[in-house]
Amino acid sequence: MEITVKLFAMFRVGRFAAGTYKYRDGITPADIAGELKIPEKDVGIVLVNSRHAKLDHRLFEGDTLSLFPLVGGG
Amino acid sequence: MDKIIRVNMADLSTRIEAVPAEWAGLGGRGLTSTIVAAEVPPTCHPLGPSNKLVFAPGLLTGTPAANSGRLSAGAKSPLTGTIKESNAGGTAAQMLARLGIKALIIEGIPKADTWYSLHVSMDGVAVQEETELVGKGNFAVIEALEARLGKKTGILTIGPAGELKMTAANISVKDPDSKIRSHGRGGLGAVMGSKKIKFISINDEGAPKVPIADPEKFRTASRAFAKALLDHPVSGEGLPTYGTNVLVNILHEAGGLPTRNFTAGQFDSHDKISGETLHETIAARGGKTKHGCHAGCIIQCSQVYHDKEGKYVTSGFEYETIWGLGADCCVDNLDDIARADNLMDDIGIDSIETAVMFGVAMEAGILPFGDGKGIIRLLEEEIAKGTALGRILGGGAGSVGKAYGVTRVPVVKNQGIPAYDPRSVKGIGITYATSTMGADHTAGYTIATNILNVGGFVDPLKKDGQVELSRNLQIATAAVDSTGMCIFVAFPALDIPECLPALIDMINARFGISLTGDDVTNLGKYILKTERQFNIAAGFTSEHDRLPEFFKSEPVAPHNAVWDFSDAEIDEFWNF
Repeated sequence: MEITVKLFAMFRVGRFAAGTYKYRDGITPADIAGELKIPEKDVGIVLVNSRHAKLDHRLFEGDTLSLFPLVGGG
Repeated sequence: MDKIIRVNMADLSTRIEAVPAEWAGLGGRGLTSTIVAAEVPPTCHPLGPSNKLVFAPGLLTGTPAANSGRLSAGAKSPLTGTIKESNAGGTAAQMLARLGIKALIIEGIPKADTWYSLHVSMDGVAVQEETELVGKGNFAVIEALEARLGKKTGILTIGPAGELKMTAANISVKDPDSKIRSHGRGGLGAVMGSKKIKFISINDEGAPKVPIADPEKFRTASRAFAKALLDHPVSGEGLPTYGTNVLVNILHEAGGLPTRNFTAGQFDSHDKISGETLHETIAARGGKTKHGCHAGCIIQCSQVYHDKEGKYVTSGFEYETIWGLGADCCVDNLDDIARADNLMDDIGIDSIETAVMFGVAMEAGILPFGDGKGIIRLLEEEIAKGTALGRILGGGAGSVGKAYGVTRVPVVKNQGIPAYDPRSVKGIGITYATSTMGADHTAGYTIATNILNVGGFVDPLKKDGQVELSRNLQIATAAVDSTGMCIFVAFPALDIPECLPALIDMINARFGISLTGDDVTNLGKYILKTERQFNIAAGFTSEHDRLPEFFKSEPVAPHNAVWDFSDAEIDEFWNF
């Protein structure tokens, strides 16, 4: 299945900003972070289709996954 | 010894007073709000003789405590009609604290049509006539005063917007690089202008160190506090690298980035104005990606932005400004936004109110959406010159909405709503509605917990837990605003158990007292209640704690969320 993955802030360094990739069924944000060599403890915010999700959320065909480190501002 | 300095502009007299016992434990917002509530008639005209402008450094300002250099300014606001505290970095707070000045209270209005300056030093405060710098922009004022009084001089100044008493006018504070930080919100620059004070210069030569009752205890606590700031990923890594503007992409992804005058929650060109792009642009052009707004800042979330030729354009270039002119006005050119930011600093006008105002002005048809050059032109040719149109624009979002018959005007208590859509980030909507200051994201920054997973997580799209979250954060923020601390210490304070006790220990060591966590919470509650009492006496009721109608009736994409709190649910906020 195809998932669009977006990376932000320091996660982009040495990786990519956004792309659509093929993944196996039942894959989770934790699995994708692992493939990208992003340590789980560094993942601050996970959004799936613009909603907050957990690292073990089950992804489906056509989903958009956004991964952020813990950042803030205002 | 700490003192209160009073200046009466009606007769140009000055007076030094001892600190009354009941003010001794207060600083920053706690002190400015207490003084305004005690001494300003709530129904007075904010630009009339009865209003007072109060400056107060925080409880820890002037000490070696990290990030403690913020100055509070307070008065009755000409923008909102409520009590107002607005705080800023820069160099003035630490100089006032070293001079032992707990508060500077400016009263009255001169009889003659003459402009003045105040000069604060070890000798007290001197009132002098000023002619040379009247009409000048803030950068020219700073340059001239450094030539006149020396490079180290601290400066608080108003630009043309303050002189013209525009209700979006701010008070500018010289920063460590002779650039500008601002008491942005609430039109306090117009209050300073009404008192005919162009600038306040400060010389702290000969001032002693700020006394610390228990230096050893202070050192220990101060180390633990600084460690917490550096250990937390937000204050220790994210903010120094990407600045506050890292939020553009996050709010876009979460669907809470107000776009095209609050008609959408996502901006197609978000990446062109994002923190990531800002960081790359600054690095490529030789600007500074890290910068502190005051000495002793270890977070360094600010930056210096250069143009394509490598020349300085602006600094202190914040998310709110970039969001407002960017997404809310649909301008996708960072160079145009940076130029406008510099102009707003020079004119002395709040960059949040003005950005929200331009969104309304575009809706009114004054400019097309996306017209960054048009924004620059209106700032230079209308607002800076105080033309008739310029005065309407300089009155902020509500002023333009009224003048042009616009119904989608994002304000609460007439203050422009900042960079988070309250329909899709509901906790911040409660803060906008109930803040004693009018719409103000910093009053209780629920974005931390709604969006950023700091201090836990409360789903931004659901109503559950939002009132309690906003209440707890507003109480804590009122207390933090009294310490002189940068509000970003809240990120580690929410997540790292050692952080808040270290902050309390520093206050205890500074004054030789023994505050507990409960005392700090009670201070926050006291401040909010004092401010609300002033507002009630000024004519405000629960009916003013509401968001504009369109948030209820216009769903916002991508979540098609609406503002769905009942009045009774909002009013629960004040049950403490």
